[in-house]
Amino acid sequence: MAEPRRVLVLVKYVPDAAGERSFADADSTTVRTTEGLLSELDEYAVEEALSLAESGGWEVTVATMGPEQAGAAIRKALQMGADAGIHISDEALHGTDALGTSAVLAAAVRKFSDEGGCDLLLCGMASTDAGMSVIPAMLAERLGLPQVSFASQLSVEGDTVRIRRDSETATETIESRLPAVVSVTDQINEPRYPSFKGIMAAKKKPVTTWSLADLGIEPAEVGLAASWSPVTEVSKRPPRGQGTIITDDGEGGVALAEFLAAEKFI
Amino acid sequence: MPRPAVERQLPDEESRALVELTREIARAELAPLVEDYEASSRYPREQMRLLGASGLLGLPYPEDLGGGGVGYEVYLQVIEELAAVWATVAESVSVHTLACFPLAGFGTPEQRKRWLPDMLGGDLLGAYCLSEPSSGSDAAALRTRAVLDPGSGDYVVNGTKAWITHGGIADFYSLMVRTGGPGPEGISCLLAPADTPGLSAAPPERKLGFSSSPTAQIHLDGARVSSGRLIGAEGQGFKIALAALDGGRLGIAACAVGLAQAALDAAVDYAGVREQFGQPIASFQGVSFMLADMATGIEAGRALYLAAARLRDAGRPFGKQAAMAKLFCTDMAMRVCTDAVQVLGGAGYTKDFPVERWFREAKALQIVEGTNQVQRVVIGRHLSRERG
Ligand SMILES: Cc1cc2nc3c(=O)[nH]c(=O)nc-3n(C[C@H](O)[C@H](O)[C@H](O)COP(=O)(O)OP(=O)(O)OC[C@H]3O[C@@H](n4cnc5c(N)ncnc54)[C@H](O)[C@@H]3O)c2cc1C
Repeated sequence: MAEPRRVLVLVKYVPDAAGERSFADADSTTVRTTEGLLSELDEYAVEEALSLAESGGWEVTVATMGPEQAGAAIRKALQMGADAGIHISDEALHGTDALGTSAVLAAAVRKFSDEGGCDLLLCGMASTDAGMSVIPAMLAERLGLPQVSFASQLSVEGDTVRIRRDSETATETIESRLPAVVSVTDQINEPRYPSFKGIMAAKKKPVTTWSLADLGIEPAEVGLAASWSPVTEVSKRPPRGQGTIITDDGEGGVALAEFLAAEKFI
Repeated sequence: MPRPAVERQLPDEESRALVELTREIARAELAPLVEDYEASSRYPREQMRLLGASGLLGLPYPEDLGGGGVGYEVYLQVIEELAAVWATVAESVSVHTLACFPLAGFGTPEQRKRWLPDMLGGDLLGAYCLSEPSSGSDAAALRTRAVLDPGSGDYVVNGTKAWITHGGIADFYSLMVRTGGPGPEGISCLLAPADTPGLSAAPPERKLGFSSSPTAQIHLDGARVSSGRLIGAEGQGFKIALAALDGGRLGIAACAVGLAQAALDAAVDYAGVREQFGQPIASFQGVSFMLADMATGIEAGRALYLAAARLRDAGRPFGKQAAMAKLFCTDMAMRVCTDAVQVLGGAGYTKDFPVERWFREAKALQIVEGTNQVQRVVIGRHLSRERG
């Protein structure tokens, strides 16, 4: 049997939107929560990789860059069915901006590729916290790979990946040779839930940890200090003011309509 | 605002992940459907398949036969989590697990290997058939008769089973039938597939609650069940039925605690925002003492079913404690749900809030798998036996 082809899914550990939140430092917009999870938008990328694997001949690895707790994002992907995980973790990474992140991820992809080849890179369309959507493009640029973004459908035939991208005015079908960096939207599939068997199996799957030294990156190149766009101040949003209360004395509907019109909702 | 999740003691990381998964599925897939499905008496078959695919329809059975290999300590907390969102689904998982017990506990290795993986695999749904129109509490008086036809090697079964959960939608039926003389020693257990010729379901009963869970009579009219589907020996059926109920009662206890937890959460939320006499009603001692008693009953109930579960998991006798847990937890749930309606006042009596439904559902739990009078009979018998 031929060696399986290797797809690497880049995932992010993000704050649970339902959890308690606070800012990590005064000079960073990194949000700390008690609970975090695999970014919902990355679940679509994991699912797409898993369905490729189910079609036969693919091995799925997930990689994340983040603090120790970020291992939870890898674990979730392994529980869903991914084969292996890579956790890029280093004290010096705290506060790294998108440019720095893409440099670290690019180094990790090179290392992954050197160790056994890399035929496809999958990402979500954005992270659910920062939401910049720039990592796939930066990564493709750094690696010199084609970038195909916002796929709402994906298929692979031989060395070609074909995706569909839906916009308001047109639907594009785009082909690229492999390897390529593909980001997928939340329209592409319905991510599966892990099963209890998956939960049990995940325990035994390999997770490798890489430090900056493993990737040949100097701590000074990343982190808060190396950020191109430092955050100068962070403040909490002021509490919301009292809403407008309209008492219905028969004319409530009119008053409501006037309010909505004044606020330009209608 | 969602209330904080129940603080759970679980043995390992995998069981914590399992409870997390259960909460996620309950929140995302079950919660949005409850009101509609209960109002229109619609059974959530697709959602049960999803639970099956996630491994929730065989949790306490051995892994090598397709189960999850988890203890009752973990399985029951999954049931409780489901019940706090949708009691019908929790009861359904519990009854399916009960229906698998005769084969898992008393089948031959060949029988288990042949049927159990499919039964635990998540696609199939089982029913447990003990009660009959004229024998409920006195289950050993059952009359459904099975006669071995030596020519074909089939049992020919005639009779009616009553109040059968999943009646008409189950894929297999664990049937208690009379093959011998009167009394418990004349009873045997057959595992009949739904397409058994001569097996049919009556239209579902119109019930006070659990509307989305079909409960129906099962008619056996010359039904032919192969003798290869006899579970255990002839005459062992009643013992199998009671052993199954020991575990099943713990499932009902966990359902009751989940239901009560949901009612408490709703009552606490409401009491915090509803103002009378210029202050939240929770600030009145008369209300907050009621909430305190509800919360205390729930904690005690959870501790009791878990104590029984841990005995079972350790391979120790647990029948007495299972009966106590069923009795205590379901009476507690009835009281808590009644008080929850009270805390919500007029709003609690309307269908705009789910507490009136939980109140109706709690009532069933005091009746199923042995009424709470029968639980006392069971506990009393244990006490006299212990005295010797
Ligand atoms: C929603 C629902 C689902 C059910 N699902 C199933 C199922 O899946 N499979 C199944 O086999 N059965 C099922 N049942 C049946 C259930 O187990 C019986 O209803 C129950 O065992 C009571 O039997 P009964 O209804 O005949 O009541 P009876 O036995 O007639 O009892 C009537 C009353 O008399 C009391 N009583 C009877 N004997 C005594 C005694 N010795 N001492 C004191 N009090 C006594 C009872 O406690 C009760 O209050 C279900 C019932 C319901 C309501």
